[in-house]
Amino acid sequence: MKEQKSVVRQFMPAVLMAAIYIALLAFSPVAGKQVLSVSMSYFKEMVLIVPAVAVLMGLFDVWVPKHLIEKYLGSGSGIKGIVLAIVFGTAPTGPLYVAFPIAAGLIKKGARLSNVVIFLGTWAALKIPQIAVEIRFLGLGFSVARFALTLVAVILTGFILEHVFASAPEVNRRRDPNEIV
Amino acid sequence: MTTAIIYSAVLVSLAWSFAKDRTKTRQALATSAKSLVNLAPGVLIVAGLVGLVIGLIPGEVISAHIGPGTGFAGTVIAAFAGAVALLPSLIAFPLAASLLRAGASVGTIAAFITTLTMVGFVTTPFEAKQLGLRFTLWRNALSFCFALIIALVMGVIL
Repeated sequence: MKEQKSVVRQFMPAVLMAAIYIALLAFSPVAGKQVLSVSMSYFKEMVLIVPAVAVLMGLFDVWVPKHLIEKYLGSGSGIKGIVLAIVFGTAPTGPLYVAFPIAAGLIKKGARLSNVVIFLGTWAALKIPQIAVEIRFLGLGFSVARFALTLVAVILTGFILEHVFASAPEVNRRRDPNEIV
Repeated sequence: MTTAIIYSAVLVSLAWSFAKDRTKTRQALATSAKSLVNLAPGVLIVAGLVGLVIGLIPGEVISAHIGPGTGFAGTVIAAFAGAVALLPSLIAFPLAASLLRAGASVGTIAAFITTLTMVGFVTTPFEAKQLGLRFTLWRNALSFCFALIIALVMGVIL
């Protein structure tokens, strides 16, 4: 019963969103339809990817031992951890929202916060297929400059965030240990 | 394309896992089902926000504000536009190239692309659910500041 109640609560914002859409459709059908078609196409794209991500997360949880993540991305991983986070991040994988649950999983398994931030940043901005498109449209000079500067920015962001959260690591503690993703 | 790569990876991993240990695989899939329920509300909210933002703000309005002669103000506006927008890079880079040809500065384009990829206004609820609100706000705010710095540096060196 309690479990059911929390599920209902989780969906409350989504119900609110549906109410906004209904109001918009009633108030201005033209704008409402346009908004609805954009959100539907995005929704379809996400629905296609999210189940796959959930399966990968489940496998990750069962097969990747905590000590491995701690060793390669944890507090003692140093430069190697940073390089590994960058390699993971630049690999050709899905959009950024796919990376959030993975990042949460890495934190839970003992990865260093700076490495998780670096992973998220490279995933977002420096994916290899994305760079290929960028070179094609904006030129090699632009692409190389952006890549280098963004890499520096992402690493700095990682260390700043780690510093900020050093005293209050809520990202590590806020979750019930039995709850996954 | 991306979807095909992801699903091939999923199928290969699942087959490998199943061959190695059935019980563990079943356990993994139970976990997956649980995460799916956890992810579902976020998916609905993000899809809803994307529709509202992209559907209600036309592209012409955006390009009118960051085009030629808008200077650093244009760069800042471009950074905000990038933070709010959610475009696949296949569309974003051609768009950026056309803005560049239309007279927008290199810095403005760099700011737009950097915030577009690293700052996600509409995905904030989803990120916060996974990683905490404080983490999300810090990461996005810092990425936004760095985007402006990257824009300034690129404007100077290119």
